[in-house]
Amino acid sequence: MKWLYLSGIVGGTVCSDLLQSHGMRQGNGRKWKLSLAVVFMAVSFFSFTQLLRIAPLSFVVPASAASIAIDTVLARSVLKERVGFRRWAGAILVAGGVILLAQ
Amino acid sequence: MRLRVWLLTAVVVVANVGGNAILGFAMKQTPAGVSIAASIAQPVAILGIAVLTAWMLLRMRLLGMADLSFVVPVSAFGYVLSALAGAVLLHERVPLRGWIGTVIIMAGATLTGLTDHAAGPDAATDPRGELPR
Repeated sequence: MKWLYLSGIVGGTVCSDLLQSHGMRQGNGRKWKLSLAVVFMAVSFFSFTQLLRIAPLSFVVPASAASIAIDTVLARSVLKERVGFRRWAGAILVAGGVILLAQ
Repeated sequence: MRLRVWLLTAVVVVANVGGNAILGFAMKQTPAGVSIAASIAQPVAILGIAVLTAWMLLRMRLLGMADLSFVVPVSAFGYVLSALAGAVLLHERVPLRGWIGTVIIMAGATLTGLTDHAAGPDAATDPRGELPR
């Protein structure tokens, strides 16, 4: 159950981040993208509250940072953002730290 | 512009940590067997949700000003501070490995913060050759 809730947090966050970032910058489809982002945010949030009931805050919040690595990859491949070496290295370090925290 | 981005980033991080700590405290007080709706309808949980709602709106604004690949890793300071809040305020036990992970996250967030963070796609791969706003 713990990992199911965590999957809900991470998956919801990644989808919401992509839709928010794309929706806030472009006029076309801005409304539905932001609306859908809110739906994914709700999925992530309810998963978050329920995981807090069965796991410590010091696990739940850092473990949810697993979305950072996925976000960075999708920011480059989907949003076509410039992602330099230092930003990649930073994101990888953050992901590594999250893995250590979550164990 | 750069100062505005940094100030908003700081506010976003503080709101994130505060909201997480309040909500974490509220959920820990919830007895087993209580429904999802009842668990988030407690006054303290509502306060945590209000702070996290402010965080969400401010973060949306920040995403409109800077790249997602800047906002996400830099706001990782919120993850680290939330772990600290769990240990200090909620008296949770965090093992040594957890603190090492915390230091690595801070290093990664700092490294990412040193990069340029203008919003827009890669001009080199954009067929229009311009940055849409």
